[in-house]
Parts: sequence; structure tokens; C-alpha cells
Amino acid sequence: MQVFFQKDIETMPRKELEALQLQKLKAAVAYCYHHTSFYRERLDKAGVGDGSRIKQLSDIQYIPYTTKDDFRDHYPFGLMAVPMKEVVRIHASSGTTGKPTVGVYTREDLDIWSDCVARVAVAGGVTAEDIVQISFGYGLFTGALGLHYGLEKIGATVIPASSGNTEKQMMMFRDFGVTGLVATPSYALYLSEAVKEAGYPMSAYKLRLGILGSEPCTPEMRDQIEENLGIYVSDNYGMTELGGPGVAGDCPMRQGMHFAEDHFLPEIIQPETGERLGEGEMGELVVTTLSKVGMPVLRYRTKDITSITYEPCPCGRTHARMSKTAGRTDDMLIIKGVNVFPTQIESVLIGTPHIGPHYQLVVRRKNYRDTLEVRVELINADLLDHYRELEALQRGLHDRLKSVLGLEAKVTLVQPKTLERFQGKAKRILDLRDQPEEE
Amino acid sequence: MSVQQLSVFVENKQGGLAEVTRALAQEKINILALSIADTTDYGVLRMIVDRPEEAAEILKAQNAAVALTDVLAVKMPNHPGGLDGAVQALSKENIGIEYMYAFVCPLPGEACMVFRVEDREKAGKVLEDAGYLQLVTSDLYER
Ligand SMILES: [Zn+2]
Repeated sequence: MQVFFQKDIETMPRKELEALQLQKLKAAVAYCYHHTSFYRERLDKAGVGDGSRIKQLSDIQYIPYTTKDDFRDHYPFGLMAVPMKEVVRIHASSGTTGKPTVGVYTREDLDIWSDCVARVAVAGGVTAEDIVQISFGYGLFTGALGLHYGLEKIGATVIPASSGNTEKQMMMFRDFGVTGLVATPSYALYLSEAVKEAGYPMSAYKLRLGILGSEPCTPEMRDQIEENLGIYVSDNYGMTELGGPGVAGDCPMRQGMHFAEDHFLPEIIQPETGERLGEGEMGELVVTTLSKVGMPVLRYRTKDITSITYEPCPCGRTHARMSKTAGRTDDMLIIKGVNVFPTQIESVLIGTPHIGPHYQLVVRRKNYRDTLEVRVELINADLLDHYRELEALQRGLHDRLKSVLGLEAKVTLVQPKTLERFQGKAKRILDLRDQPEEE
Repeated sequence: MSVQQLSVFVENKQGGLAEVTRALAQEKINILALSIADTTDYGVLRMIVDRPEEAAEILKAQNAAVALTDVLAVKMPNHPGGLDGAVQALSKENIGIEYMYAFVCPLPGEACMVFRVEDREKAGKVLEDAGYLQLVTSDLYER
């Protein structure tokens, strides 16, 4: 089986890789400086100029950040670095509010993009023998065409199924001998349940792997999809601002997603202060594109919370790995100076018996000190007979939250069905710190 | 032989206990015995009522966390040393008492005691051998 798509680059010794990154970073800064007025103004203002004084990779810290707002303010082509004649494709992500985020691609951009996707796909187990059904919605969205060209580059057979029409999706699985599925985790889960219910024996399907993306996939979801379909699932990371999927992807070790570090330079920062954080520290992912021609980005703030490791990976790849994203900076709470994500609390609650999945976080300030209260519903009344077990439940939750969050949280058990049910995460948080103290 | 005990989770908030007692009163459930163990956050209310299963349904309909368990209830002779005799008998057989509480027996002139023990069958036998009479739920109904 093919293990690497571009072995020389993917397993390049770190010293060489970093030298390459430095050379490409200088070139990227000079390119942005000379080809966009947006970056020229920013770089001049920051005193970085055309980047000729960059001597080491850490000098990147002097370059100003680029944000989602910059894309919005310069919609649609303000960040473009080439004349439209050089552009061969335009993609966009649907903005939930206002204008979409636009990405433009030159022929060279498309070539590098498909290399990056091919690396992720090969690391996820795809070979030239595979027949892969792309059940992402086609259109402006980067996911479907990104995977499409990456998979073709490997030599796999691509079925551009697009999303929807479950019966037809399953028919193609069976009739075309589909071995690989590309979909969002939620659609893959839906399809996997439909396959189970359709009544055909599993021998009617040749599916063996799935490449999921475009939305976060919890380990529970991944396990469920793998079990339902009997496939191996890999995860990958990307976003329209950075060109789409292929920025990073799972290797067979599944202990973090390897960046395509020759094309993307990752950093982790403290989202509040902008301070650069070290290896292994959780913070906001910031990415600089090193190869993009049509719409390069310097230090893009992804708002995704993760950590990076440069430890050598048993798979042989030397490129840095990012951990599964732990949430968005928008959801982050800072309590006693500690970053807290609702997803961390969820992970503790989901693994605890006797309590319901719903929760409420109450943050208060008492005597200038923040306090966190986690309210959960007691759903197993059998514990009431043994007071000690109730106390043990509460203490166990407290201890696990402390080890996961790194701070003391008061755990309050409440009656079943009394916490409000919400769709989103944000509303589960009751932040009373701006209000006058109780008592 | 046993009596059913109702355990209810009560949040320590204004009116938490009142919600429980009001719901039972409205349905004319008679509370014969009551004990509460509480922390600053919540309490567990333990009750002996005349219609335990009905009471449990009423409280569940109000989203309360409710458990029904069998406990040992015995009559206590109304004289000094009455309780001591029972506790000594259990202790001699190494039967640990998790908790206990007293209530006024519907049978005139006597007190009753609820014991929560690990081995209810054995404890019941030990107490009967020591001359204590066990109660069953039907003893608690109006007659
Ligand atoms: Zn690896």
C-alpha cells in the first residue's frame, strides 16, 4: 500500500524543512508586499516592510495578524495578489451573516492544493485502486472539488455524487463497488444508519474507508460511523481562507493531524493577548500560507483552538501535528485566567454515569475572584438510597473537571429535566461577572 | 416483610421542600415519617407514606428524582432500653446500620423505627428473634 504521496517532502528532516520554511516565508512576505496594497500598508505600518530583514522563523511575530474581518472588509477581491486573468477558479464559503468569504486560485494554486489533499487522502489510506464517492455538496464550497482533484491526482476513481438522495447514494455504493466515502461527519453518520436499515447484507458493500471533513467530528461520531459501515475514518483540517481542505490531515497513528508544513506555517497564540505560545500549549491556531499565489494570507487567525506538537511521529512524517480542535475562540471562557471550553466540560459529563447530558455553566465573581459552577441533572434516582454514592458522584465529577480544566469547579446536582434545552453552546453559559455580587 | 420508603432529591433552593409536600398534600398522601439528610446544595428526603407507589408517580410527574426502596420497620416497645435492645441485637450479628429514624406508629401506644441495613432479610430475622415485631406496608394504611 502507498504510504506517502510525496515522501521526500513529508519525511524531510526538520532542519531542512525549517530552512525551506524560512526561505518561503521571506518570499511570501515580499510577494504580499509587492502585490497587494492591503499587505503593503500593514507591513509598512508594522515596520516589517518587504520582509528582507526576516532572519529566523520566529521573526514572523512582527507580522500583523489577518482576520476574518479583513476578508469581509475587502470582499470580494481586495486580498487578491494577481490580475483576474491569472485566476482559474473562484470558491467561496457561505457566510452565515452577510457576505461569503472568497478564495481565488491560479493554476499553480490548484496544483499545490491537489497535492495537499492527495497527501491527506493517502495518509487516510486511499490508493489508486479505490473508488471514492464524494458526497459533499459540490458548488462554491471548497470541500467537494478539493477532494475531487486530490483523489484524481492519486489515481483513485472519483464519483462526484454530491450530497442528498440517500437511496441513490446507497445504490451507487453497491452497484459501483465504492470503497471510499467523502462526506461531512453528520452526513456520513446519517448514511451509515441508512445503510444498516436498508436491509442489504454488508457483503453487498465494498466500503473500507471514509475521509470526513468540513465540520468537527467527535470521537464518538467517528467510532459510530466506523462501526456502522465497517470502515476506517480519517479526519482532516482546512478552511476557505487557507484554500480549503488539505491544510492538515490524520496519519494512520491518528494522534494529531499533520500540517502540510512546506505550504502552511502554523503557530499557536493566546487568543486574548496575541502572545505566541509554545509546543503543546492550547491556544488559537494561526496559519501563514507559504505557497499561495492568488490569495496569499499572512498569519491568519483561524479562531480554532488546538495545540501543536513537533515530536517525531511513528508514521515517519516529520511535519507538525495539530490536536483535534477543542472549540472556537468565540466559545471560550476565561475563568481565573484559565481558558475553559464548553467542549472540555462536555467530554467529562458524557463519560459520567447517572447524570444527564445537559448542563449549565455559571460564572460568578466573588471578592474579585471568579468562580465556576457546573450544574448537571441527576437522572438516576437509584443513587438516592445511598447518600455516599451521591457524594461520590459529585466528588468524582469535581475531581475530573479539575484535572481536565485545571481549576476548581463547584458541581451542583439538580432535578431531572430542569435545565433549559438549547441547540447552541453559548447559551449554556451564564456569565454573571458583570452583575453586582449576590448575597 | 418490609415497608416501602420514598427517597426524593430536593434542591436546596427557596421552596424546594415545599414543592414536594404540597404535591403530596394535594393528592391526600399521608406522610407518616420523614427524615432529611442535606448538604448545602441539596437534600435527600426520606419518607414513609401511606401510598408509596402513587406518591412516587405524583413526584415523578413533577420532574423529581424519586426512588422507592424496601426498608425494615419495626415496632418499638415504649419503655427505656427499647431501642437499645434492637441496636445491640443487630450489632451482635455484625449488621451495620446505614441510617435509621423513628416515627409514630399507627398502632396506638407504640413508636416505630425504620432501619436501613445491607442485609434486610437477616436483620429482620435477628430483630424478630429478639422479640421485635416487623411492620408491613398494609399496617400503615388507614383501617
Ligand atoms: Zn503521523
